Parts: sequence; structure tokens; C-alpha cells
Amino acid sequence: MSNPAARVVGLTKTYGTGEARIVALDDVDLELAAGEFTAVMGPSGSGKSTLMHCCAALDTADEGSVFVGDQDLTKLKDKELTRLRRDQIGFVFQSYNLVPTLTAQENIVLPLAIAGRKPDAAWYDEVIATVGLGDRLTHKPNELSGGQQQRVAVARALVSRPTIVFADEPTGNLDSRSGAEVLELLRSSVSDHGQTVVMVTHDPVAASYTDRVVFLADGRIVDEVRAPDRDQVLEIMARMTAVADGV
Amino acid sequence: MLKATIKSLLGRKLRLLMSTFAIVLGVAFVGGSLIFSDTLGRSFTALFASTVGDVVVRPAGAGAGLGASTVTIPASVVDDLESVPGAARVDGNVTAFGVYVVDKDNKVVGGQGPPAIGGNYSDAPAGHDLPGLALTEGRPPRGPDEVVFDAKTAQRSGYFIGEKVHIVTSSDQALLTPKLVGILDFPEGGSLNGATFAAFDTSTAQDLFLEGEDAFTDIWVTADDGVSQTELRDAVSERLPDGTEAVTGDTAADEAASDLLEAISFLRTFLLIFAGISLVVGAFLIVNTFSILVAQRSRELALLRALGASKRQVTRSVLVEAFLVGVVGSTLGLGLGVLLAMGIRALFANFGLDLTGQALIFAPRTVLACYVVGVLVTMAAAWLPARRTTRIAPVQALRDDIALPETSIHRRLLLGLVGIGVGAAAMGAGLFTDVPRGGWVLGLGILVVLLGVTAVSPVVSRPFLAAAQGTYRRVFGTVGNLAGQNSLRNPRRTTATASALMIGLALACTMAILGDSAKASVDEAVEENFVGDYVVSSVFGEPFSPTIATKMAEVEGIDRVVRQRWAQAERDGDFFGIAGIDPADTEFLGIRMVQGTLADFTDGSVLVDEGWAEDEGLSVGDTYTVEKTPKGELELRVAGIYAENPVIFFPTVTTLETLKQQGYPTSDNALILDAGPDTVGLQGRLDAVVKDLPIVTVKDQAAFADEQRAPIDQLVLMIFALLGLALVIAVLGIVNTLALSVIERTREVGLLRAIGLSRGQLRLMITLESVVIAVLGAVLGVVLGICFGIAMMYAVRDEGLEVISLPWAQLAVFLAASVVVGVLAAVFPSRRAGRLDVLRAIATE
Repeated sequence: MSNPAARVVGLTKTYGTGEARIVALDDVDLELAAGEFTAVMGPSGSGKSTLMHCCAALDTADEGSVFVGDQDLTKLKDKELTRLRRDQIGFVFQSYNLVPTLTAQENIVLPLAIAGRKPDAAWYDEVIATVGLGDRLTHKPNELSGGQQQRVAVARALVSRPTIVFADEPTGNLDSRSGAEVLELLRSSVSDHGQTVVMVTHDPVAASYTDRVVFLADGRIVDEVRAPDRDQVLEIMARMTAVADGV
Repeated sequence: MLKATIKSLLGRKLRLLMSTFAIVLGVAFVGGSLIFSDTLGRSFTALFASTVGDVVVRPAGAGAGLGASTVTIPASVVDDLESVPGAARVDGNVTAFGVYVVDKDNKVVGGQGPPAIGGNYSDAPAGHDLPGLALTEGRPPRGPDEVVFDAKTAQRSGYFIGEKVHIVTSSDQALLTPKLVGILDFPEGGSLNGATFAAFDTSTAQDLFLEGEDAFTDIWVTADDGVSQTELRDAVSERLPDGTEAVTGDTAADEAASDLLEAISFLRTFLLIFAGISLVVGAFLIVNTFSILVAQRSRELALLRALGASKRQVTRSVLVEAFLVGVVGSTLGLGLGVLLAMGIRALFANFGLDLTGQALIFAPRTVLACYVVGVLVTMAAAWLPARRTTRIAPVQALRDDIALPETSIHRRLLLGLVGIGVGAAAMGAGLFTDVPRGGWVLGLGILVVLLGVTAVSPVVSRPFLAAAQGTYRRVFGTVGNLAGQNSLRNPRRTTATASALMIGLALACTMAILGDSAKASVDEAVEENFVGDYVVSSVFGEPFSPTIATKMAEVEGIDRVVRQRWAQAERDGDFFGIAGIDPADTEFLGIRMVQGTLADFTDGSVLVDEGWAEDEGLSVGDTYTVEKTPKGELELRVAGIYAENPVIFFPTVTTLETLKQQGYPTSDNALILDAGPDTVGLQGRLDAVVKDLPIVTVKDQAAFADEQRAPIDQLVLMIFALLGLALVIAVLGIVNTLALSVIERTREVGLLRAIGLSRGQLRLMITLESVVIAVLGAVLGVVLGICFGIAMMYAVRDEGLEVISLPWAQLAVFLAASVVVGVLAAVFPSRRAGRLDVLRAIATE
């Protein structure tokens, strides 16, 4: 296996103080291999979102280190973090988060435009082709369906060829067919182009598209499955729930 | 429901702050203007109460308003009156104007506006047992070389007791250098409101100002205890010689106060107009803020509807919120208004009208007006968008984006166009026809036009905003594109915000055009009519000593000195000016006769200009009766009618001797010097004559034109200063809109930051949006201002202002300044946006 696209070492993150203190992440170690599609799963409050936010330079760690490529995020200043997010990280959010004043096309190239770079023409064409929006590219987000909007968001995340793409419940707001299209898109970016993708989800179907599922509970990694299928994931989740319920 | 409203209100402190802020500003301007205006109304009555005796004896028919005169009352009258029953004491006063104190840097103290008074020292009390101006330091003046000053003059001039001071008069002794021996002040408070007062002992004052005559300009009679002013006046009247009259102190004070009030009445009107402007601009700010706020709350309101609240309950909830905010805002605004009034008072002190000693008047009307304005405007501003909110289907509360139903843009366009048409018609009526209260009609017309333009601006601004977006995209790339798109996102909001700036700038441009045109007219008049080589005149338009003309005539290289004297007279209750010249100088002055001949212009005759002759129905040979001069009625024979001539500042001209006979002082107002061929070093020799007399200057044509332009510049500058405050409201309006927009777009800002927009780029984006708003407002304002300015100049073209001149450089500066305004307005909102926590911003609903 090549160098990991990202890794966390001894990552700890707490919120609040005193009685209200919540440990979101408790000494987590994780490597995210390059060219792999990883799902992070776990019940609500397990720390999966926090883990992703820390990896994506959106949140800071209390203890431990976060590396994207060779860079230790905990040692970077805001300006450098901004540049890192711009050049090395792609995002897909649950609620699409497109800029309403820009067309689909403009939204897709936005990260490159902000950086003042031109998209690599061949790669751009390929991304556009896989997104499959066709003539809707010049439409504004409010003229697109949820699935179309989310595919635009995925294209936006892919177009700058980031080191790693983070997707936070990307299918949470979509019906199953639109969701499947988005997941296919993410899957093919990994299989066909070697993109690294990390996805937070609690949908076992979504998880079944990935190469590896990491299970979190109470801020720790409790289990891991490679090449999961839906039933396997369901079974682990059921077990975790049972543990949590003390049965 | 009420509880929910208050909870929601308190739950969003920033929102509360922003909306309150808008009201505070609007109300503060209304309150400040009213308070200052009231203060202006009352302070003068108070002032004059302590500067008159119980009964004042004065030359008959003098009244107030005619200015200085040489008519006097013999000293023997004082002795006669001492035996009047009820008179405690009788004191003669000598009062002269144009007695300037010059400070140690050879600069005149005061000068503009309030008079510079000279006179005799007297320890007489003022009417109603008020102490009046009394000696508080040093001793009374004795002999020709001692003087006392009022405390403020002493302080402003920097002289101390025991020092030699420098005084310039308009009498034969142009320069005096007595020793300061005492200080006068009001022991129980009071102020001369910026006037200066220098007092000598009585015989010195008579020597200086009354050509040595043992006489007085007026007499104070102080009443015994228990004797009223009216009783004393009647008793005094019986003993008076012909040509004098007695009035009660109250009457004299009222007369003086109402004269002064009339002179400054334009200031009050001006302030009230300004309050109106502030109110309109403030209302814009409030309406705009509330539209945004209610729009932002539409989801919450729709949720309330989904939970079963009726339309009426939702509307009421918004109105209650508006009421509470309105009350709080009005109260704070009233407080700020007091501070503002103090600011205006300080500003006026700089212009010579020193009211710092007067308490501010806080009338109940002011309080009422502030609350009515603040609360009603706020509630109206909240009601409009609240009504729209109730039209949202409750189910939409559960969706992501809520679009408020908007009134049809076509209806708005139509309404706006009708407004512009009606307003323009009203302006036309006010300017060109004889409708009653033309000024109000004109003002109302301007207001309606402004509102109309505001209504249509979302439509007419579209091309501008689109062009701005295109330019931004080319110059600033993606960040520019985003900024441009944001300003296009809600054109109504953008243009409503820009409107506040538009109003301020439209008025500023109008003033700039009026000022520039007036200056151009002055230049033209000076160029066409300047005769001779130099003009000698007082910096303040006040008379100066006749000895200056005599000395100027002796200067080597000067061939001729022409004197002009200006006098005030009254006819049919209106004051008008008479110019006095030597008949020998008429040809030199270029007076062109239309009727009659200059040979008939002798003492006791008058020349009138064409316009005046037409207005008064005069022709050659008529007798023109002037009802009031210092010596009462004056009959003048009309010797001729001349073509209007800007060198002569007044419509009627008589001889120097006629004015002197009628009791006007023999001081000059302007001299015109004609130089021989050799002018080398002449200006220096002329300046040497007036070196110690800083009230007088010697000017060639260019300098004279400059001096004539100066007061116009000053007036325009003063108006700019006040409009500057309207500009401040406009800037705050932009800040408000931007800050609220940033809040509204928190999630979007978070997203942009998450995908790599740097803080600098984010700030640039918001600044660019701000600049678009500001420049849009400026462009609309300048265009409107040019229309208003030209319309007004067109209306007054008959009154000597024929040149319409557009100050392009100044207009360009306005536009450039608007860019700066935009940048400044963006400072706070963009900093705020930059500080947003990316993660939390994205999570914001």
C-alpha cells in the first residue's frame, strides 16, 4: 500500500467543560489509504462528524496530530489551512451548499477560480461527463433537483483533483435513486481515477459502496470491515446498538 | 404570543441592535434639529432682557433694524428725567457699531454675524432688577486711554488687565490703543451671543462716537420698587422733547429679539428642512432594515403559522416587536438628539453665533415628535413585510429556501413613474407659478420625485448592476463575480440601501450646482462691471473709518478715490438698501441712465434702477417717500432711472450728503481706487495704509472676485456639513444591510471559506458589494442633483444669477468619495464575516 492520503495520530477532541464535558474523540488513530473509498459509521454522537471535520481542517484537535499528505494540520495557521482546503481537500455536504447566485458550471469550477487556476481541460471534461448534467450546466442551483445539485457538489469536490474528498452524509437529503447516482459517482472517482474519498454516513446501503468501513462509538474506533456488504454492516451496527443498550 | 415575541426579540441581540440603531439615528436627527431650533427661538429673547433698562428713551422712529445712526438725545434730557416720579435713576448710553477688537496676532475678534459694539461704561442695572452687564474684575475706565471689555471678548482676544489693546473703529479715529483696565460680565448668567463689547468712560465714548457732542444714543430709566415699566414709561413720555420716544424694556427687548430672529429665521427653516431630510433618510434605513429582518424571520413566522397561529397573530407579533424596538430606539434617539443639538450649537459657535451660554430647550412637542416618528415609522416599516410573510404557505416553513412574495415589479415601476411625474409637476408649479407657499410645493415635489426614483430604481438600476458585475468579473475574477452576483441577488434591497445615499447626494449636488452657478454669476458680474483698479472694503461688509479714503487719496500713484456708503431704510414695512455716492463719481462708476440725466442728481434726489422703478411704479420727477430713516421720514425726488449695475449693490442711489443729513454715520462701506499709469509697488503702498486695520483690505479685480465668492463657498460648505450627517446615516444604512446580508448568508460564507476562499478574498467580496451599492447611490444622486440644480437655476435666472455652471470636478469628487464610502461601510461587516467559524457557519440553518 502506498503512503496514506491522510492519517490521525492520538486525536482527542472535547467539547464543554466540567459536568457538561463531552469527549467527542478519544485518542483516535486512523490511516486513510490513498485511492480508497472509506466510510465512517457510528451512532449519533459517536464522533464521526468531528473526526471528519478535524481531518478536513474545519475543526482543530485538542491533542494529537492530523496529517493530510505530509502536512501536519495542527501546525498550520489559518492562511495555510485555507490554502490546504482549497488545494488538497474537496467537500460534499449533506445540504449541497452550492452558491445560489452561480450557475452549476460556475459552482463546479469555483475552488479553482478562487485559487486563480484554470481547470485541466481533459479532466474537467471528464468530470462534467461523469456528472451527467448535460444542458443543465448553465442553470442556477434552484433550477436543479436535489440529486442534480448534489452531483454538482461532487463535481466541485473532484475538479481540483484534491488529495482527499470528504463527504458528510452526501445522500442524507436524497431519495434512494438520486442517492445511488451520487454514490456511483463517488465510487467511480475512486475506481477509475484513484481519488481518495472518505464518507460519513449511517446508511448501510451507502456504506456498501465503499472499500472499507470504520465504526466509531463514544469517540473510539470499535470495528472495521473491508469490502463490506450491506448485511455485514447491518449486523455490526446491530451489535453496536446492543452493546450500547447493555443487552 | 406576546411572550414568544419578546423571547424572539431578546434571542437575537444583533438583530435587535441593528434595527434599533436605524431608529436611533433617524429620531436623533429629528430631535436634534427641533431642540436646536427651539433653542434658537428662545435664547435671543432671554439675551435682550438683560441688555435693556426698565424704560428706554430713544430717538423717535428709530426702532430697530436700521442699524447705526448719528441721531442723538441731548444730555440735558437725562437731568430732566431724574425728577420723574417713580424713576430711581437715569443713565445715558452711547452705543456704536463697527468697533472691532483686534487680537495680538492682528486678527479681528468675532466679526461675522454678531455685531462689534463700542460704547460708554455704565453701572446701570437692566430692567426688572436684572444685574445686566457689570464689572467683575478691575475698575471702570477713566479718561481717553482706558477701556473695559466683556469677559468673552477679553478671553478671545487674549488681552489681560493692564495691557495695551488694539481697537479699530469706523469713526474718524480709525485706530485706538487704550489700556484694558476692567472686565464686564453677567453676574447671574447670560451671554452676548458672540457680540463683542468695548466700553470707555462716557466723555471718551462721546468724543469717539458722537463727534464730541454731549449727548447719548439712548437713555435707560430705572424704576423705583413697585413701579411698573408701563407706569414709568407713561411718566417719562410726558417730559420728553420732540423727536424722542420712550418704550418699556420689554418692548425694546422684544423688538430687538424679533429683528434678530427674523435675520436668522432662515436658519430655523433650514434646520427643519434638514430634520425632514433626516427623517426621510432615516425612514428608509428603518424600512430597509425591517424588510430584511422580517424576511430572515419568515421561516420562523411560517413555523408559527404551521403550529396554528393566525395571520393576525403573526402580524401582531411583528408589530409588537416593532413597537418595542421603536420605543427603545426613540428613547435612545432622543438622547442622541440632545447630543446632536449640542454639536450643532458648537458648529454655530464656530460661525460666530455663540449660544454656548444658553440652555437647550426641550419642548414637549420635540419628545412627542420623536416618539411618533420613531414608533410609527418603525411599525409601518415592519407591517409591510409582515403582511407579505403571512402570505407564505405554512408548509414552506419546512423547506430550505423561502421566497417572500413580492409586489409586482410592474406595479412598482408604474407607481414610481407616476410619482416622478407628479413630483416633477409639483416642482414645476413651485418654481414657475405663483402657487401659495411655493417653497413647500417645491420641496414636496423634490421629495416625491426622490421616492418615485427609489420605487423605480430596482428596474432602472439593473443595467448598472449588471455592468458592475461584468466589470468586477473582468477585474477581480471569481471574487468580483460573486460580489456582483450578490448585488444583483436582491435588487430591491441593493437599491433601497443605495437610496439613502442617493437622497443625500442629490441634495449635495443641487447645492454644489447652485453654489457654482452663483459664483460664476459673480465672476461674470465682476468682470463686466469692475471699474477702477482697486476696491477697498471691509472683510465683513461693515462700514469703516472715512479717514482711510483720505489717506488712500494721498498715496502716490492714486488718481481718484470713490466712496460708497450703504444705508438701511424702511418703506411699507420692508427694509431696503440705499447706496450713497458723490454725484461727481457717477460717470466713473459707469452708471448708464435710461431716463433722466445725471446732471439732475443732486442732494435730496435719488436714482433708481430699472427693476426697482418698475416694481415701485416710479418715473423721473416723482417724489419717493421713505418712511423710516434715523431722522424719520425722507422725501426724495427721482432724478433718473439707470440700467442695473452690479458695482452699485443697492437698487437706489442718493448722495453722500443726503445720507449724512438724514442721520446716517459718515463711515464708508467701499472705496474704488483709480490708479495712474505707474502701478509699480502700488499695492504695497496701499496695504501699508491699512496695515493696522485688519477689518479693511485692498483688492484688485481678481482678489475682489475671490472675496465676493467666499461667502457663497462658506454657505455651501455649511450646507455640506449638515448634509454630511445625512451621509453618515446613509453609510450606516449600507453597514446595516451588509451586516444583515452576511448573517443571512452565513452558510454560504462558511461554504466559500470551506472550499478555500481566504479571509482577504472574503473581505474583498463584501467590500466590492458595498462599493456597488455606494456608487449606485452616488450615480443616481448626482444625476438627480444635476436635474434639480438646473431646474432651480432656471427658476432663479431672473434674479441676477444668469449663469448655469456645473462643477464637474466636484461632482467627480462625489463619485470618487462614494467609492471610499463603500469601502468604509464594508469594514465592519467584512471583518465580522471573516471571523465566522467555518464549521458553525456551514451548520447554520
